[in-house]
Amino acid sequence: MPLDLEHGRDLTLALLPELLLTAWAAALLLYAAWRHRDSSAQRRAGWLSLFGIAASAGAVLWLWIGGARLEGPATSVAVDAFRWAVDLIILVGAALTVLLSVHYLDREGIRVPEYHPLVLFAAVGMMLLAGGADLFVLFLGLELMSVSVYVLAGINRRNPASAEAALKYFLLGAFASAFLLYGIALTYGATGTTKLSRIGAQISALGIESHPMLAAGLALLFVGFGFKVAAVPFHMWTPDVYDGAPTPVTAFMAASVKAAAFAALVRLLLEAFAALQPGWDGVVWGLAAITMVVGNLIALAQRAVKRMLAYSSIAHAGYLLTALVSGSLAGAAAFLFYLLFYTLMTVGAFAVLIAKGRSGERDVTSDDLSGLAESHPLLALTMTVCMLSLLGFPGTAGFIGKWYILTSATGAGYAGLAVVLVLTTVVSAGYYLPIVMAMYMKPRLHEMAHADVGLPRVVRGMLVALVVALLFYGIWPNQLLTLAREGSHAFLPPHVTPVAVPFSPN
Amino acid sequence: MLQSYVPLALLIAFVVLNAAIMVAVSHLLSASRPTPVKERPYESGMPPLGSARERFDVKFYLVAVLFIVFDIEVVFMLPWGVAFRQLDLLGLGMLGGLIEMGVFVVILAVGYVYVWKRGALQWS
Repeated sequence: MPLDLEHGRDLTLALLPELLLTAWAAALLLYAAWRHRDSSAQRRAGWLSLFGIAASAGAVLWLWIGGARLEGPATSVAVDAFRWAVDLIILVGAALTVLLSVHYLDREGIRVPEYHPLVLFAAVGMMLLAGGADLFVLFLGLELMSVSVYVLAGINRRNPASAEAALKYFLLGAFASAFLLYGIALTYGATGTTKLSRIGAQISALGIESHPMLAAGLALLFVGFGFKVAAVPFHMWTPDVYDGAPTPVTAFMAASVKAAAFAALVRLLLEAFAALQPGWDGVVWGLAAITMVVGNLIALAQRAVKRMLAYSSIAHAGYLLTALVSGSLAGAAAFLFYLLFYTLMTVGAFAVLIAKGRSGERDVTSDDLSGLAESHPLLALTMTVCMLSLLGFPGTAGFIGKWYILTSATGAGYAGLAVVLVLTTVVSAGYYLPIVMAMYMKPRLHEMAHADVGLPRVVRGMLVALVVALLFYGIWPNQLLTLAREGSHAFLPPHVTPVAVPFSPN
Repeated sequence: MLQSYVPLALLIAFVVLNAAIMVAVSHLLSASRPTPVKERPYESGMPPLGSARERFDVKFYLVAVLFIVFDIEVVFMLPWGVAFRQLDLLGLGMLGGLIEMGVFVVILAVGYVYVWKRGALQWS
């Protein structure tokens, strides 16, 4: 289905997933405005939001299977398989978050009718990040996502840690947005366009590969995105914000927010700055290495499971950066594959934490999980599979993902970074495995230790599906690998003609 | 490239220098005979009641934020209205412009209804 984005009908079709979700979120906001007094209305808003997510996912699938492709000049919206793949990952993350939240909000007595509309608006922002082919669309998506998540982080107003998390995230996030905007401005100044595909064409046409303004712009873009994906040294906010936010929101931030920001970074590097890869590979190399080392070492020192998972998510930002360093199609495919299963295993681990903990889940240690396998075998199994998959244990999807990242890095001659990845993975066993050990090998602390542990049936069903997916694709990944490869083909070299620049580079 | 910034740099230097000279000259040349009454802060002729650095009710901020949202709306609408006849958006001519502004206003209206129903416009 060829789409010419100069025409209203085709543009509407290309943006159908985002438009459906926006309209649904607005309708849900009105529903919340009228019905905000009882908790049953809030539950209903949660179930209703799942319909919006399903409709949007249906539109994405329809476009993907229908073979939507761009015809005519490149505009502000990408129409390619990379966008569809990331959209689906984001929508899965949002749906899992909603499923976790409905029960969680009830249990913790959080009565905020705006919660579910905010999750949907954040998802719209993420989808714009995944599909934006223009620096301004990317910025718009980033802000829509961030502003919604700032509010979600502080949604539990009676909890001081939650309020602190929201304020910290907001202040540092606004700071990072300023860096990003400055980066956009400098990039525009150097190349004369904000369209990603044209930036690439301009760089080679004008021969400005080593122009300082362009380099400064790219550096500032790295700072802005480095903050959002929580890469070291821009990770300082992550532990406190992930720790203080309500746990379903933490899962949403660790999985979907990171996924969307990463997707935008991938598109930026592989579409706009592909010609500069010999220059930025060093930056990505350094960021990835230090992120993996710092994230894993500090995670090792954590006692609280929630904080440990926060540092683990920092470490995973390093693994995902490793997939980017080569700037190759194989790297982009490895990135997509890992992103999907990173989302699943992160949400799964936080779901078990929600079942065990109360009022913020900040104090649950691995000792508190002792003997969980005896009383709650399903939860213990979920946690085990998620931990092993995060570790990259053979037989889980996490292993295949890491393997694919490693081959993409070594295949392009970045063996040093691959060594760092393997070594830090070994270190990470030191904090993932004690949790598994505590659940299966240690006795319960006391008879009633796990008396109030539990999740509603629908969430348990979700966890079963998640475990099955992680194990199934750990053994038969071929189908998804093919899809991931198709997604990476969005970054085949483009053909565009250059335009004039406002500031002559010489 | 940097040469095109020279006039800008000159302008900035001139502005800063000009302001500094004006303050300095008025400070040097004026006569200063302070009295306690003259030194008081000026509050429209009222005797000052206390420090201005107090905590304000959060309701003021809410009103300010809502005001900005609906103020900015007009900023977008005016240029749209001026350029309406020349608009050719989405390959639909003027209808395209109408649809785009319609979408914008509907989204804004949703926000307005929400704010109203949630009681953010009530002072008490």
